[in-house]
Amino acid sequence: MERFAALLDTLVYTRSRNAKLAALAHYLRETPDPDRGYALAALSDGLDFAAVKSSTIRNLMRERVDPELWTLSRDYVGDSAETASLLWPESGDPASPPTVGEAVAALSAMTRANVMEDLPRLLDRLDAEGRYALLKLATGAMRIGISARLAKTAFAQAFDVALEDVEEHWHGQAPPYTALFDWAARGAPAPETGNLPLFRPFMLAHPLGEDEILDLATYAAEWKWDGIRVQVVRSPGESGLGETRLYSRSGDDISASFPEITEALDIDCVLDGELLVRGDAQGGRDGGAGSFNALQQRLGRKTVSKRLRAEAPAFVRLYDLLQREGEDLRARTWHARRAALETLLPRLDPQHFDLSTLIGVTNFADLARLRETARDAAIEGVMLKHRESPYVAGRKTGLWYKWKRDPLLIDCVLMYAQRGSGKRSSFYSDFTFGCWDGDPDAGAELLPVGKAYFGFTDEELKQLDRHVRTHTVQRFGPVRETDKSLVFEVAFDSVHASRRHKSGLAMRFPRISRIRADKPPHEADRLATLRALVQD
Amino acid sequence: MPRDFAWIHPEPWGIHVVPADCWIDPARPVACALVTHGHADHARGGHGETFATPETLAIMKLRYATSQGARPAPYHESVTLPGSVRATWIPAGHVLGSAQILLEHAGERVIVTGDFKRRADPTCPPFEVTPCDVLITEATFGLPVFRHPPVAHEIAKLTRALALQPERCVLVGAYALGKAQRLIAELRAAGHDQTIWLHGAMEAMCRLYENFGIDLGSLKLVSDAPSREALAGHIVLAPPSALNDRWSRRLPDPLTAMASGWMRVRQRARQRGVELPLIISDHADWDELTQTVVDVAPRETWITHGREDAMLRWCELNQRKARALAMLGYEEDEDG
Ligand SMILES: [Zn+2]
Ligand SMILES: [Zn+2]
Repeated sequence: MERFAALLDTLVYTRSRNAKLAALAHYLRETPDPDRGYALAALSDGLDFAAVKSSTIRNLMRERVDPELWTLSRDYVGDSAETASLLWPESGDPASPPTVGEAVAALSAMTRANVMEDLPRLLDRLDAEGRYALLKLATGAMRIGISARLAKTAFAQAFDVALEDVEEHWHGQAPPYTALFDWAARGAPAPETGNLPLFRPFMLAHPLGEDEILDLATYAAEWKWDGIRVQVVRSPGESGLGETRLYSRSGDDISASFPEITEALDIDCVLDGELLVRGDAQGGRDGGAGSFNALQQRLGRKTVSKRLRAEAPAFVRLYDLLQREGEDLRARTWHARRAALETLLPRLDPQHFDLSTLIGVTNFADLARLRETARDAAIEGVMLKHRESPYVAGRKTGLWYKWKRDPLLIDCVLMYAQRGSGKRSSFYSDFTFGCWDGDPDAGAELLPVGKAYFGFTDEELKQLDRHVRTHTVQRFGPVRETDKSLVFEVAFDSVHASRRHKSGLAMRFPRISRIRADKPPHEADRLATLRALVQD
Repeated sequence: MPRDFAWIHPEPWGIHVVPADCWIDPARPVACALVTHGHADHARGGHGETFATPETLAIMKLRYATSQGARPAPYHESVTLPGSVRATWIPAGHVLGSAQILLEHAGERVIVTGDFKRRADPTCPPFEVTPCDVLITEATFGLPVFRHPPVAHEIAKLTRALALQPERCVLVGAYALGKAQRLIAELRAAGHDQTIWLHGAMEAMCRLYENFGIDLGSLKLVSDAPSREALAGHIVLAPPSALNDRWSRRLPDPLTAMASGWMRVRQRARQRGVELPLIISDHADWDELTQTVVDVAPRETWITHGREDAMLRWCELNQRKARALAMLGYEEDEDG
């Protein structure tokens, strides 16, 4: 556990990506199984222990620390696991710290009935760094700025294997990934994946630069729909009868939320597309897609009612075809795959699968003009794909670009602030802002319209933090109400009707684009302005 | 009904000793100031008279280039002030010359701790527990998460990092008054006798410490280094503000460290871009703060600055009368 704890701290404190990769690769090479496999799982997919939840930490601490002191500490540190690791009474004898493997075994064996006795016993064997590592591992929420992709890249680097191969073999393996280490470190054959419907790593797009112009003879253009990017995979499965899975961009299995999609596919293939619900908010009646807001009510459900399925029927607008009846198409060019997709389409259920149409312009200026209209059509922007590009995992320069429409802007007044978590802890960095519900000079009120956590520079963050601390009028636990004297310009992608806010509006991707210290608060925008932008 | 201890009146910019019309660590110029220690936020210039320990006065002279109105008050030698107030400077263990100020008037005893710590520091005499009726204390690290590890543990972390990558230097951010000299003295005590390289802003204060008889070993200025390579494998000390500025580009691939109690919290270290956090503080940690209240056992505890919420709560839980003074102007960051 000490090595893992040291690794975590190195990852936390190291700034350069290469140095992080080197530290992680070094750990993976030098640490025995199964420790390294569990460590890797903790840093990528996360480990799940049924008896240990983040509330477990709170409950453990409640028995040892005054709740008010706990809350003050937690707010300051910004992370429950770290706070607990610092507050935990030193046992004075961390003589035999458990290995990662031992800790995982102990954590797995814990039940709701004994976790409150058994977890302390592990914590007592560790110092503050070790306790932090253990609690992070146990609650499965690392949040130390290491993406699963970075972990996989480090794995590839540690054993000098290709990242694509790592990602390919990764899915279907469970911690501690012994077969994966045997393959990469000892040259054993690649892990057997059988006929399972496994996730394939997505190909992603770079944002198009401000003044970049692409040749449309080389790049194909299509609309960027505002849903969620998904992969639909069907393969014979263990039974041989066929199994279908729906994966989100991060590789999460979201099949249960959208049974109509998995039920509709009866050909073995891997499809890449945008998950949407029926409607006419995006692209008008011809586009036939509802807003992201409409899709949102279907996300994250374990089961779906008939009524919801009927109200917001889901479908996938197809972008690409990765595999067709056992044949891997990923090495082929984009246009070859597109042709294969178009050939396959008539065999797919039209109610649940349609094709993302190409934008038939040959001149970049025309495309720019069309993109301008994306706002009216409520589409997120356009995609540009190199016609000769193979389907490669990740974001490779020069192959795919996304060209989003420009954001909307509105001037809002800062109303409440809360300390951030993670990197921003101990700064007020979560801001709730509002617009006037009428004429402020005639006594109108500010109503909250959204929250923003980013968009500002570190310098601006300090400025905002100072503003909050010196303009607080009231405190509600960790939240401070300010005197509503500061205006900022908020950029956002779209706005929708919502019952969550008193204003009846919810913004999509709001971020602070500028602090308008120059602007008096009564000149901030009114709700009516925002309401006029709703596109549901 | 007059408030108890009404002769001590805290204002946001300083503590007013009313019968003597003196101010403790005032944030604005006054006719008569009583200064606990030399950190700039406590020892400001421009006062008519300044009572402080000779060490603190020397530090102030270095900073403000004048000793006008300086009134030396050596440790334990009481000064009689107007209005029948007696003031005594008692070691606070914070930095060279740092003191608690004991004020006596009409049979009541009030102590203003200034900044203090309870652990050993080779550069200044240790904090002395002194009984009083009102303890006016700081609470910079007044949250139970702040527990500073033994300093030897942190020094070992530093020397280990140095040995591990001999082609780099370790650039340690340390406050120029107090932290820097303590760090050097602790390194010397741990047997590190190599030259330690200094940012220009560190030099004068180190010389001042040496003039007061504190041996800091071989110190040289980075600007006098014969080459960049000469610094590889060495420790370089700079004020925290210089860690990420242009100045550090002259160093051979520096590993950025910082010596401060704030380094106990990961995100605080990350916010400063620190790769090697060293939890070394010249302030009392939570255990020291609360232990001091227990040891001194005052009738009331007043908290000048820092994280007063948690200290107030602790006092409440332990049935000790306490209040927060909400003093302005004491920096929390740099001298942590
Ligand atoms: Zn100080
Ligand atoms: Zn101070």
